[in-house]
Amino acid sequence: MRVRASLRRWLPHPALSLVLTLTWVALQNDFSAAQWLMGAILGVAIPLFLRPFWPDPPPVRSWRAALAYAAIVLWDITKANVQVAGWVLLRRPETLRSTWLVVPLRLRLPEAIALLAGTITMTPGTVSCDLAADGSALLVHCLHTEDAAATVAEIKTRYEERLMRIFGEGEA
Amino acid sequence: MADMLIAALLLVGAFFGFVGSWGLVRLPQTMQRLHTPTKATTLGVGGVLLASIVYFGGVRGEWSIHELLITLFLFLAAPVSALMLARAWLHRERERVRATLPRPGASGVDWGTFQPPPEESGSGAEPRR
Repeated sequence: MRVRASLRRWLPHPALSLVLTLTWVALQNDFSAAQWLMGAILGVAIPLFLRPFWPDPPPVRSWRAALAYAAIVLWDITKANVQVAGWVLLRRPETLRSTWLVVPLRLRLPEAIALLAGTITMTPGTVSCDLAADGSALLVHCLHTEDAAATVAEIKTRYEERLMRIFGEGEA
Repeated sequence: MADMLIAALLLVGAFFGFVGSWGLVRLPQTMQRLHTPTKATTLGVGGVLLASIVYFGGVRGEWSIHELLITLFLFLAAPVSALMLARAWLHRERERVRATLPRPGASGVDWGTFQPPPEESGSGAEPRR
């Protein structure tokens, strides 16, 4: 218990520390012990400075679900790129049916909502534009869709449900 | 063999980079044009980066993971800048656009951009919109 408390005190964001260390070593492109040590120092120091600004990071409940999510998003980006390239090159712009979509959110964690908004933007064809003042819905601009309700349903089942599983939301 | 692969990846990257720029020129509405940079930053840059990995790893024998970092930074920066652009546009065009937007829900809440700025009180740490 004591060990856990002091771990939390000195490593408030363990995953962030790991990412920072790896990023440092990768930036240097040099895998010597000195660079690992420097990376580790940065990996400990930066989250400590950050802690007042990010007090309660949500724990990731399932890293397997997170990896699967990353793979699905990469695949969707590739697929949607081809589709959107077809629209841009082959269709006359006037025939594109651009609409606003409202995606009601079940996610409550700000970190999870940020991830969902980022995913929507990176997937070609949709850009997240705004969040409701109370965080209950996302405003998404869609370049072209035949069926707005189906697009919203796809965002919810394909991304939001997986994010809820990753962060363990909706269980409590 | 490696040359063929590198050439193919470069062509894929160039093609999607071109589509992104083409859309930027051709699409009529501001919000539609916001879609095209996300294409260029995903598969466009992705193709070039993969070609770079294959070239330095397969041909020159110097494995480098800088390309992965570029991807990481792009994936962090692109959605944030797109969101900033979209909100700036919503804010500037609010007189015209606000009535055409769907509402976030049945209750009285509005989109964050249209919220009046919080009252100046205390530290004033809240960013003004």
